[in-house]
Amino acid sequence: MRTDEQAQKKYAAMVEKASPKSPMAKNCLMAFLSGGLICTFGQFLQNRYLALGIEYENALLLVSITLIFISAVLTAMGIYSKLGKYCGAGTEVPITGFANSVVSPAIEYRNAGLIMGMGAKMFVIAGPVIVYGTLTSVVVGICYYFLGR
Amino acid sequence: MMYVKAFLVGGLICVLGQILIDRTKLTPARILVLFVCIGCVLGGLGIYQKLVDFAGAGATVPLTGFGNRLAAEVKNEVDAMGIFGVFTGGIKAAAGGLTAVILFAFLAALVARPKEK
Amino acid sequence: MGKYFDEIAEDSMMGEDSWEKAESCFVAENMALVLNKAGLSHEDIQYVLCGDLLNQCMGTTFGIKNMPIPFLGLFGACSTMGEAMSVGAMLIDGGFAEYVLGGASSHFCAAEKQFRFPLPLGIQRPQSATRTVTGDGAVVLAKEGEGPRITMVTTGKIVDMGITDAQNMGAAMAPAAVDLLLAHFRETGRTPQDYDIIATGDLGYVGHQLVVELMAKEGYDMSENYTDCGILIFDRETQDTHSGGSGCACSAVTFCGYFYPKLCSGEIKRMLFIPTGALLSADSAVLGLTIPAVAHGVVIESGKGRGK
Repeated sequence: MRTDEQAQKKYAAMVEKASPKSPMAKNCLMAFLSGGLICTFGQFLQNRYLALGIEYENALLLVSITLIFISAVLTAMGIYSKLGKYCGAGTEVPITGFANSVVSPAIEYRNAGLIMGMGAKMFVIAGPVIVYGTLTSVVVGICYYFLGR
Repeated sequence: MMYVKAFLVGGLICVLGQILIDRTKLTPARILVLFVCIGCVLGGLGIYQKLVDFAGAGATVPLTGFGNRLAAEVKNEVDAMGIFGVFTGGIKAAAGGLTAVILFAFLAALVARPKEK
Repeated sequence: MGKYFDEIAEDSMMGEDSWEKAESCFVAENMALVLNKAGLSHEDIQYVLCGDLLNQCMGTTFGIKNMPIPFLGLFGACSTMGEAMSVGAMLIDGGFAEYVLGGASSHFCAAEKQFRFPLPLGIQRPQSATRTVTGDGAVVLAKEGEGPRITMVTTGKIVDMGITDAQNMGAAMAPAAVDLLLAHFRETGRTPQDYDIIATGDLGYVGHQLVVELMAKEGYDMSENYTDCGILIFDRETQDTHSGGSGCACSAVTFCGYFYPKLCSGEIKRMLFIPTGALLSADSAVLGLTIPAVAHGVVIESGKGRGK
């Protein structure tokens, strides 16, 4: 069989045709509904906490912590992965998805030990988020220092 | 009314992520990174805060909101302590959420066993 | 598919505390089982040839480390079963062995952990993805016996068509299967119609279709008697496995559980069995390398001669 570049290109086109597409309309609808619901629930929590007389900044933090806690429980029970299958980005993009991406490897690598297993692998997926989030914030800070004020 | 706005805006941000997943084969980690960075840049420009004022949790709960927090805090710190704020702002903003994630992940891993899906 | 197997485990941990140990556990159990079925003991076997998907074949080595049989570890990714049967048949044909034990195993959870993401992560799998089969299939090859017997072996070359998407393994492996089919037909002068059935290892629905199309371009009609173990192993409708099954165990358990009895009964007289393997590693995927693939063809015929 020929494997030169031309044959590879032709084959790539064949593969594209033969591979089933993800049902995008359905996926988007599910992502919209589930993501929207999580945010609405976040809003509900925020309103509750504010009503309890908690300061705005602290209320926001408490909302995040509550959502992270719920996500950790659902992940530990094996429910979050099932939700993720149907909801896609709807459960991935909110802060709950971030929590899921930390809790998952922690559980999976638990049997490799507490230090080099759970401890080292916990941020195997979410680590880049912290790294690039922090780096971006440095860039933003520098720009703000010289230009923004 | 705030609930409706949170639902719509939060939902739409997730749809954006879904389109990226289906169209570009980006892995989850890349999408999360992208969203945080976008949120941080928009926050730095002062745009994202308008969305937060409009949609509340619809803008703060998605990871873009986390990026926005990083940008907002780094600005506060720069205001308070000059150039050194560049070094303290980002992590300070993330501190609460990060500590919560680490704590709950640790506890979850102690009690849970991996399951087949 | 479950009704064709000797033993079915409900607990994917097998009572162990890791997926990897669980895989070793069912390797050990199945090897003992197949020896028992063949009425042989460890001393009768000159070689054990097997492998799996995990780093350095740890599923296999820890599974058979307590077996007092000379061991040759194999890695052909999901084509390992074909490699084991090929090399085993050659060892016997060359007079180096009376009996050879060959097998291959894989575990869905261990493979996901190594190659993709931790299981509790909530993500969607693309429609082209296949699901790694959890299991172990093993055969005993003998110099003499009732059959079925291995009559021909075609060893495949590595074929790399530049596919990089690890969620579309069928597409990465289909060209290797086609290359092997062409080589086999060229060397033997046979056509697809000379076989009751031709079965590839784990191409799934996507890869199966690509093989049919590619072979049609080369002038061979594969539409009638060609199937794929990845399609047979799961029920697409009820098990939600997208493009089908994959993994070492996919072809191994389908051959041992489903085809072997049919060969014994004579329902299938001559089959061409082509386990296919995608030779990627967790590291090569991270580096963004393409996915090379290999396929190994084994012709099995019912009737007297070599076989289990």
